[in-house]
Amino acid sequence: MAQVLDRDLHIRRIDTYVDPTLPRERAIITHGHADHARSGHQKVLATPDTIAIMQTRYGPDCAGSFQPLEFGQPLRIDDVTITLYPAGHILGSAQVLIEQDGQRVVVTGDYKRLPDKTAQPFELVPCDLLVTEATFGLPVFQHPHPSEEIAKLFKSLAAHPGRAHVIGAYALGKAQRVISLLRDAGYDAPIYLHGAMQRLCDLYIERGIALGELRHATEATKAELAGAIIIAPPSALKDRWSRRLPDPVLAMASGWMSVKQRARQSGIELPLVISDHVDWPELTQTVTDTGAATIWVTHGREDALVYWSRQQGLVAEPLNIQGYEDEEQEQ
Amino acid sequence: MKRFATLLETLALTPSRNRKIEALAAYFSDTPDPDRGYALAVLTGALSFAHVKPARLKQVVLAEVDPHLFALSYDYVGDLGETIALIWPHKGGMRELPSLSNLVELLNTTPKSELALLIAELLTSAQINERWALVKLATGGLRIGVSERLAKTALAEMSGMDLKDIEEIWHGIKMPYGDLFAWLDGTSPKPEIDHTARFHPLMLSNPIDEDKDFASLDPADFVAEWKWDGIRVQLILGDGPASLFSRTGEDIAPAFPDLVENVFGHGVLDGELLVGNNFEPAPFNALQQRLNRKSATEKLIGEHPAFIRVYDMLFDGDEDIRALPWIDRRARLQDFFADQTQSRLDLSQLLAFSDWEQLGAIRRQGADENGHEGVMIKLKSAPYVPGRPKGNWFKWKRDPNLVDAVLMYAQRGHGKRSSYYSDFTFGAWRGNELVPIGKAYFGFTDAELKELDKWVRAHTIQSFGPVREVEKSLVFEVAFDSAQASTRHKSGVALRFPRINRIRWDKPATEAANVDEVENLIPAT
Repeated sequence: MAQVLDRDLHIRRIDTYVDPTLPRERAIITHGHADHARSGHQKVLATPDTIAIMQTRYGPDCAGSFQPLEFGQPLRIDDVTITLYPAGHILGSAQVLIEQDGQRVVVTGDYKRLPDKTAQPFELVPCDLLVTEATFGLPVFQHPHPSEEIAKLFKSLAAHPGRAHVIGAYALGKAQRVISLLRDAGYDAPIYLHGAMQRLCDLYIERGIALGELRHATEATKAELAGAIIIAPPSALKDRWSRRLPDPVLAMASGWMSVKQRARQSGIELPLVISDHVDWPELTQTVTDTGAATIWVTHGREDALVYWSRQQGLVAEPLNIQGYEDEEQEQ
Repeated sequence: MKRFATLLETLALTPSRNRKIEALAAYFSDTPDPDRGYALAVLTGALSFAHVKPARLKQVVLAEVDPHLFALSYDYVGDLGETIALIWPHKGGMRELPSLSNLVELLNTTPKSELALLIAELLTSAQINERWALVKLATGGLRIGVSERLAKTALAEMSGMDLKDIEEIWHGIKMPYGDLFAWLDGTSPKPEIDHTARFHPLMLSNPIDEDKDFASLDPADFVAEWKWDGIRVQLILGDGPASLFSRTGEDIAPAFPDLVENVFGHGVLDGELLVGNNFEPAPFNALQQRLNRKSATEKLIGEHPAFIRVYDMLFDGDEDIRALPWIDRRARLQDFFADQTQSRLDLSQLLAFSDWEQLGAIRRQGADENGHEGVMIKLKSAPYVPGRPKGNWFKWKRDPNLVDAVLMYAQRGHGKRSSYYSDFTFGAWRGNELVPIGKAYFGFTDAELKELDKWVRAHTIQSFGPVREVEKSLVFEVAFDSAQASTRHKSGVALRFPRINRIRWDKPATEAANVDEVENLIPAT
């Protein structure tokens, strides 16, 4: 299998890297988060949504050239075939299927299997070698259904009608997902945004994701913000920015929030366990479902998933790729 | 149980002290007896179950979860209760859990052989936050940022009673505190407690601020004593056997039969528990061998006989003298020693000084020559006030010793620091080898903690279970109060109160201290 893909996710035959952390001649980008999509590559292959996200975040010239590839369209280069499948993580996020000499290798990128209106739904891709993320690769991570978390938010809003509820959410993906979940739950009041959210929300709307009425938090009066929902990047929660808000309840939408001590460490009063990654049951389910005999585990808590996979009789190894950090954790 | 679980969660996540008090007060006023009493017991650490211990809970979980995966998870989460609540593989919430008081009853009366099954059933019935609360309840050690004092403050807030009055009767009342709540609700008078046989909350000191305090304090208004390096105790003498309590009100008499069987008189005394012959205090680690034991062996008693250096008196006979100024209580205490010969009690002597500078010189000399921890400064006119009243008692600790040591091992912390590498073992050189000289887990800021955590992760050379061995290249300036000889450590020295004073990112490990520099600080005995 190693002749198809090297441990640094280098597809040897076509000298192409998946989500390289250094500038490369040719790169396939799974999705737009900063630890996967970097600027400075010569040729980038990605889904049209991912290309749009990269150009919005880093500018139109952040790569020498872009080649869009739709989901499910096989692309043959020499004797290697590349196909992108939805990963369900954020808008445009893809898993990469690499086929060569009858062998199938899948690099998942980041993924989740729960339905999400802001991302194309995950598709299971059977393979021989599965390169999977393990952000929540410990059995303590069993994420509740997001609707339960939204209910918690509504309960807090009812209990503290005078307090602004600021939800820390990563600007790409998580913010739009939270807004979409709120709309699904019937919340139709305006939602206020920190300035850093605006561009990517606009991009999601342009690309056909409904988010309802959004307003700038900085242009709203204190009276308007009392009892309102505000979405801000996690870094703004501790910042002067949130101090102007009326008696704010600090919330955070992240898979890490299932650990109360984590929430306490970051001073979060209302933890919302809303994750864009698979939890442990889904992770182990996916490993089984793909039928892969070999599992490589990238960033996250590799130890537990490697151990579990070996117990199932699979060949499993951690990859320890430097530079992959979970975007939520780093905020 | 649902309400209690919600309360615990709110308390754990609410950073504001006032909001915590509000949440507690609301719970206490809306919850019926005896549930609220048991809740109070849980919050103040007064509740424990004879057969429900962390080890048993772990055993219940390990019957369902792979031990290695559990260990990795616990290491990550850093809190046993949370790990169990999160990892329990059976989703529940279908059945209602029993009320808090019924739950306490169940855990207390279920035979040992059936406890594992009961706990497993409860864990499965519970919703996720109830599961967390359940484990917290069963094992104690809440780690939710609520102190006993905060809980009592909420009671005062709820009822309009004085916190001091609640403190006063606290050690005389028992869970589920029906009499306390009846009094707070105004339906019955203040509970009567037997003052002579009960622990009375201690008066504590504040550290002196050398730059500010000395300018405003008149030395003539104060007395000074050595700060003794033992443990603070309260001794209650009366007709029956003497009682001995630690500073938190824990009964430690069974561990010190040599002491409690050989003290005479009538009253309540405050002093320092020490070990040694002829009132000659041995180093703290000698005393430590006698602490945290249920009883003492003849051999241990022979080697390290216990005595109390007495420095205050709360009751003279049955008379409560706490409202008297220190100087009058001191006179009573001197009379107490004049009235009878004591073989296990002696009086803490006062240090003569005329100004702060002179006291500073005495303090320095005591530290250098006798290893004294520092001096206590007490206001002559101060009554004995439980808690930490400002301006009455001060501790003036010796300047710390400093040593540059090399980080060797790191472990994740617990509670607020769970999942960060925050417990550090550091060492000093013996020839070309580093030997561990101590462990510290505070002294750095939250920002430094994050940097240290990152450093540990990036410089790990091997792991032994939860312990990471790191590259020997980071130097800490470690502050500590004193050094003592130790047979437990490979280095032969043990440090008292070590803390990270500074992180010397700049200093090469080769320039760190040698073990003999630390050995030289051990006072000769």
